[in-house]
Amino acid sequence: MNYETVIGLEVHVELKTEAKVFCGCAARFGSEPNTHVCPGCLGMPGALPVLNKKAVELCIKAGLALQCRIAPFSRFDRKQYFYPDLPQAYQITQDDLPLCTGGKLKIVNPGGEERIIRINRIHLEEEAGRTYHSGIGATGYSLLDFNRSGLALIEIVTEPDLRSPAEARIFLEKLQEILRYVEVSDCKMEEGSFRCDANISVHPAGSQEFGRRMELKNLNSFKAIQAALAYEENRLGSLLAAGTPPVQEESRGWDETRGMTFFMRPKEKASDYRYFPDPDLPPLVIAEEWVEKIREDLPELPEEKKNRYMKEYGLSAQDADLLGGSRETAEFFEATLRLYPGEAKTVANWVMGEFARLLNLEKLTPAQSKLKPEALAAMLQMIDAGEISGKIAKTVFEEMFYSGKSPREIVEEKGLVQISDESQLAALVRGILAKHPGPVADYRAGKTKALGFLVGQVMKETKGKANPGLVNKLLREELEK
Amino acid sequence: MKLEKEKAKHLAELARLEVSEEEAAEFSHQLSEVLDYAGKVREAPVEGVEPTIHLLPLTNVFRDDEVKPFLTREEALVNAPRREEGFFRVPRILEEN
Repeated sequence: MNYETVIGLEVHVELKTEAKVFCGCAARFGSEPNTHVCPGCLGMPGALPVLNKKAVELCIKAGLALQCRIAPFSRFDRKQYFYPDLPQAYQITQDDLPLCTGGKLKIVNPGGEERIIRINRIHLEEEAGRTYHSGIGATGYSLLDFNRSGLALIEIVTEPDLRSPAEARIFLEKLQEILRYVEVSDCKMEEGSFRCDANISVHPAGSQEFGRRMELKNLNSFKAIQAALAYEENRLGSLLAAGTPPVQEESRGWDETRGMTFFMRPKEKASDYRYFPDPDLPPLVIAEEWVEKIREDLPELPEEKKNRYMKEYGLSAQDADLLGGSRETAEFFEATLRLYPGEAKTVANWVMGEFARLLNLEKLTPAQSKLKPEALAAMLQMIDAGEISGKIAKTVFEEMFYSGKSPREIVEEKGLVQISDESQLAALVRGILAKHPGPVADYRAGKTKALGFLVGQVMKETKGKANPGLVNKLLREELEK
Repeated sequence: MKLEKEKAKHLAELARLEVSEEEAAEFSHQLSEVLDYAGKVREAPVEGVEPTIHLLPLTNVFRDDEVKPFLTREEALVNAPRREEGFFRVPRILEEN
């Protein structure tokens, strides 16, 4: 029998604020434990939360980037559960009146099919502290760091619209790309500022009813998410095939080393959290003008950029996707293009080729590199003017990347100027022909392929500096005399 | 309004309180009375009255996104019964495995 898979995601994203969401403690990763704390984020009695305005703006920004409706009226609720990293014994979150509802994100799945993944909601909440487990067995204990407690967090909840583990991964990569683009979050999975729980169920193909849902927790890399979902998809499929479908909804963990999911606990029912409105926080009234102002400040989004690159510059979908996918790369590309009057495709090739290769090698982002758009534009103009060959340009480019020097400086220092002097080249050409009578005879006998060899010899002799077009022309002239 | 014994036991569990069968029965009875008493507000005529979202007539109370250090680590940990290298130390809470 065939089975269908249904996946929905809950993504937690730490917002890029200076201070925490309800107090003035620094929102910083990697500090000494318990150095950014106050009575508020330690849950001491009597401390009152006051909402960070920037956190609201960033949540709205995320909502706009994902085409959500921004609620004109919103409020905070208390979600109650006991865990030592939650010092108040409740989390301030949003239950029935979230800031953003009803968005969508378009992805292209591995089959090349366009899919619209609906966003159910985005709400603003506070982060919990961090727990470290120490020791084993009865002697074990836990250590708590509250630097993370109270960081501004949004939770993005999708509708169950994803149909495969691969689609889930593509969606998450796209989501990360957009949230970085609009500078809502740095979305670093390895630092926990972008985390995902996944709900998955499997049912017989064509059935109207979804299967029983499993929640996969603590998935801390894109690879882990896809692998855990694939494992679970298989497991649930096998259970159905054996006629023993799961009997309860479960929270399950992912064991990276063994490559399998494991049972953690039955899934709690929502009502167990006993949500109620937080009396410490007045509600939010979001004026249309405020939303419009945030909308105006949004940069052009990757999807819009991609379409424009294809239309305006005639780039392929793949090229446009690569260039538009990272904001820094797109900015570098566009800045170069403003300074360089030639073909956009030429710029695109250098940015996606040599530049991407060197950035990758050195683990740098475009903005961190010493190479500036001015230098690339100048170098491309030197190629167009015949001052340097394309081959030499690669050397120049690498030197620019590492030293930050201008292409002209490099060319002069290293004597890389292209030889375009006809009489100088003609003498060289005659010398090469004299040295290689065999290929010369071949060419004259109609084996025109020998020309390539002779061009190569001239280039070798000049260390790549000869103008290849001119060399070609001079060789033909001499050979056909 | 009757609050069943099972519900009282569930509440106790959520609040991490250990209760005996007798206590659960007693609390069930007592909580039912509390609910009855509080239930009187249901009799208030509320037709045409907007639901109260918040007790104070306030909205949009914000702070700016500015860092204001408050406690040193020493101050934060001063009342901790146990600590270790700058962390609060608590009994083991790893629930799985």
